[in-house]
Order: sequence, then structure tokens, then C-alpha cells
Amino acid sequence: MNIAKVDIIGLENKALELRRLALKIIFQAGSGHPGGSLSATDLMTALFFGGILRYDSSQPDDPKRDRFLLSKGHASGIYYSVLAKAGFINESDLEDYRKINSARFLSGHGHPKTPGIEIASGSLGQGLSVAHGIALGTRLAGLDSKVYVILGDGEIQEGQIWEAAMSASKFNTNNLIAIVDNNKVAQDNITKDLKDIEPIEAKWDSFGWDVHRINGHNMTEIIKILQMAIHPDKPRVIIADTIKGKGVSFMEGKTAWHGVAPSKEDYDKALKELG
Amino acid sequence: MKDAATRDAYGETLLEIGENSNIVVLDSGVSDSTRTKKFGQKFPDRFFNMGIAEADMVCTAAGLATTGKIPFATSFACFLLGRTMDQILVSVAYSNTNVKLVGTHCGIAVGEDGPSAQMIVDIAYTRAIPNMIVIQPADWEEAAQATKALAKHEGPAYFRLGRPKVKGIFDSSYKFEIGKGTIVKQGNDLVIFATGTMVQESLIAMEQLAKENINISLVNISTIKPIDREIIVKQTRNHGAIITAEDHNIIGGLGDAVGEVLLDHQISVPFTRIAVKDQFAETGTGPQLYEKYGLSHNHIVKAVKVTLNKK
Repeated sequence: MNIAKVDIIGLENKALELRRLALKIIFQAGSGHPGGSLSATDLMTALFFGGILRYDSSQPDDPKRDRFLLSKGHASGIYYSVLAKAGFINESDLEDYRKINSARFLSGHGHPKTPGIEIASGSLGQGLSVAHGIALGTRLAGLDSKVYVILGDGEIQEGQIWEAAMSASKFNTNNLIAIVDNNKVAQDNITKDLKDIEPIEAKWDSFGWDVHRINGHNMTEIIKILQMAIHPDKPRVIIADTIKGKGVSFMEGKTAWHGVAPSKEDYDKALKELG
Repeated sequence: MKDAATRDAYGETLLEIGENSNIVVLDSGVSDSTRTKKFGQKFPDRFFNMGIAEADMVCTAAGLATTGKIPFATSFACFLLGRTMDQILVSVAYSNTNVKLVGTHCGIAVGEDGPSAQMIVDIAYTRAIPNMIVIQPADWEEAAQATKALAKHEGPAYFRLGRPKVKGIFDSSYKFEIGKGTIVKQGNDLVIFATGTMVQESLIAMEQLAKENINISLVNISTIKPIDREIIVKQTRNHGAIITAEDHNIIGGLGDAVGEVLLDHQISVPFTRIAVKDQFAETGTGPQLYEKYGLSHNHIVKAVKVTLNKK
């Protein structure tokens, strides 16, 4: 699909709608992770609704599908919202989010019992290796599937990320595309002060990856980079500079909104800002 | 019957089952020792040497499994499990991916490399994980058959293999079945439930005991989870005195697994657990360590007599 044919404004509106939905289900659940859900929203909107990810939500196990993994699994508020809007689950299922006896197993962190989810998450640092394994598996099967995985910026402090980075480069796994949701804020502190991950591009480059850096809230930039043909022999990483809590002024850039649900008052205020 | 290490059986059997294009093998830089190297030479496209990175290996295996492959993720038991408990819990067990975790060089039998290379808590670790089955073969034949059975079993598994050569116990007429214990020798008065190298050690002890006209029974428990409750209950009731024998710490291993079955059935009999006594061993040859840390056939002979006296 040509960038000219992508409805950027439509995608931006979709992202707004998804932000509202993610906040709604976190508010209803009374717990969850709003900050990292809102920072990843534009990236996930582009993947699922911008013609990037190849999927058929009525056949979630189709072997020919592209794969998506949310390695920073705590952003499940946006993940389930996207899965609902994409038709993998019903919007009414979202009422069960983080509740016992959830019909679609909408746990605080994703699990493959939920259609559209490939692997469990919740322990940071594992998703890149899993995504790499999937990419190797689809390649062995002679399929042209791509595997996209969103990592958190704090998450790449985990050593396993760099084990996987070395592996994907060793095996020239060029159907693997990692996206770092670089929102610069972790649970405890801003990532820089917790343990600085910069120079982030130089790190990935030295590990043998095809490195790109974009504004992770600019839909045109996101679509353009995701539409780019895969590298002939390297795995690709997209450093997406984002803002934690994007779209809700009082949440933006705040560690406090990493893992806290909004009160009724804050929720109402947030909805007004999200138009 | 073949006298060879269980790791050898694994490596050789992989070459056979590798004809199935869904079989993939991963290693973390020790393929010479784990015996996966030849698979890599025969099927280079389906062999992934992940370098010295066990956590990455386990999760990569999980990813491969989601695409329908049957991954055997292999390393020394110490590092395979010691470094990857979290990866096994989330990406393998909780996700219920069809990953076979193969840990070689288990127990103090490893010898001279010392306690940091002697895995004695792996049965306890893996037994406690939901969805996981745990298998430790006693000899070459059983290891070869178990490798094939694991490839057919759908779901996460831990396969515990040894470094030293073990004497052949079973011939090709033996039929391994996941979840089934086997009577190796039928006697009376007391039954030993043994696993891995301790089956061979028990057989040596039983030869010595036979000379003193003490003829006991031996049951091989190769599937430690799900354990064969039926054979444990029946044989314990028949004999009225039992011993468990394993090259593993005394906490959380076969002894506890058998004890749990007896507790569930309210069966109380004289019962001795032969295992490493909640301590780290040291360097030395395998047989020396078995002698010093209470696992050798000599210790089994003594334990049999002590246990019989309690009847």
C-alpha cells in the first residue's frame, strides 16, 4: 500500500478512539498501566489498522499470518482494546479485563488463550527472543510472514534483549522487526536516571541491526517506516520516540501514571482531552 | 543392551527423529558435550546454536513451538534451568508451548567440575511447574525411547540426562511409556524406587544383598512427573518397606514425590530416602562423590538393612 493511499487522518482518529477505550477499561478494572498503553497506541494503531500487519481476525491461527507481540506486556489496556477493534474479541469482552472468570482470559498481562495473542508476557525481556523464534519458524516453513514486537525502553535494560539481538543478527533474521516504544519513563524513575539506555541507535547498530529512529506519535512517519521493504539480511529495529501517557496532559511523562488506574475525576478529565 | 551415557542415546536418537522436519534442536554453546552437534551437521537448517545464552535459547524455542515446530532446547542442566526459571515459567509452561528442555550433566555424578556444575535441584524446580512433565531415563535404551516419546508428547517437558556411561539395563524389547514405572527386578520384603543412575547403583547393591539372601524389588521411576501412583501404591503395599534413590537433593526430588503419593493414600511404612543430604558436594570423581555423599551401592545396602529392621 502506498503512503498516499493510507488515510492518515482516519488512523489518527482511530488512535484517539483506542486511547479512550484503553483508559476506559483500565478505569473500569480499577487497575492497570495507562502510561505505557498511551505511548504505544499510535504504533499499534498503524500496525493493526494501517495495512501493515497481515491478519484475519476470524482465523487467528492462520499459519500465513504476520505476528505481533507486545513484549512490554503491562500495556495490555491498549492491546485488548486493539484486539477488540480488530475483531479478535468482542468489545463486550473488555468488561472482563483483569476480572476473575474472564471469558477471553483478559489477564493483567496477555496470554495465548486470548485470540490474537501469541505468547504470555509479564516478565520483561522475553518477547524479543520469542519473536525471533517465531521468525525462524516461519522462515523454515517457507512463509513470508513478518514478526513485529514492541519493546519498552526500560525493558531493554534486561540482558536477554541483547542476547536475542546478537542471535537475530547471527541468523540474519530479516523478517523480525522490533519497535522500541521509547517513552523514556519506567516504573521507578525516568529511564535515563534508572539506567541510561542511550546511545540506543549505536547499541543496536553495533549488534548488527538495521536501525531507524522516528517520532512514534507521527502517523505519517510510522506508516512510512513500517511500509519499508524488509532489509536484505538484517533484523530491523525502529526506535520510536514517544511520550508516556501521550494525549492526557497530566499523565504525560509522569512515572506516577505507570501502573495506576485513574480516579473517576481524572478519568473524566482525560476523556475531555481525548475529544 | 547398550552401555553408554543417556546423553549419547539422546544425540543418536535425534538423528533418527530428525527425519521429521518439524524437529528443531537448539543448544547454547555446548553441543559437543550435550551430543546435539551431529544433529547440527545432519540438519543444519534446523539446528540453532544460540551461543552461551540460555535465556534467549529457551524463549526462542518457545517462539519456534508456536509455529508448529518441536524444539529440543539443550544445555547443561545447571545452566539450562538455573538461568532460565523465569523464561520456563512464562514462555514455556504458562504459555504451554511444546518445548522439550533437555538438561545433560545432571547430579553429582558430573564429578570433577564441582558443585557449580552439579545440578541437584532441577527435579524440584521442574516438578513444581504446572503443565511440565519430568523424565529421567535409566540407561541408553530407555533414553532413546524416551526421546522419541517426547517428540510425540504435546506440551512442555524436562528431560534429565547424565554425563557418565551407564550399564545397559533394558534391551530393545523394553517399552518405555510416559507416566509408567517399571519393575526391573521382583523380590520381596522391600522395594526400591530409583531413578536415573541410581537404578544401576541399586542393581549392584542388590547383587551384594542377594549373597546374604536378601532379595528385594527394584522399580525404575523414569517419569517423575506425572508419577506412576498406581505402581507406587501397589508395590509399597506388597512390600511394606521402601527406599527411594536419586542423584538429586533430598528436598523436592523423587523421594518427596513418592512420599506425597503415600501421604495422599495414608500409607505408613518404613521409608528411607537416598539422595544428596541438602548440601553441596565437592570435586572428585563421580564414584568417589557417590561414596562420600551417600549415594553409592554400599550406602544402598546399608539403607536396605536398616529399613528392613524397622518392619
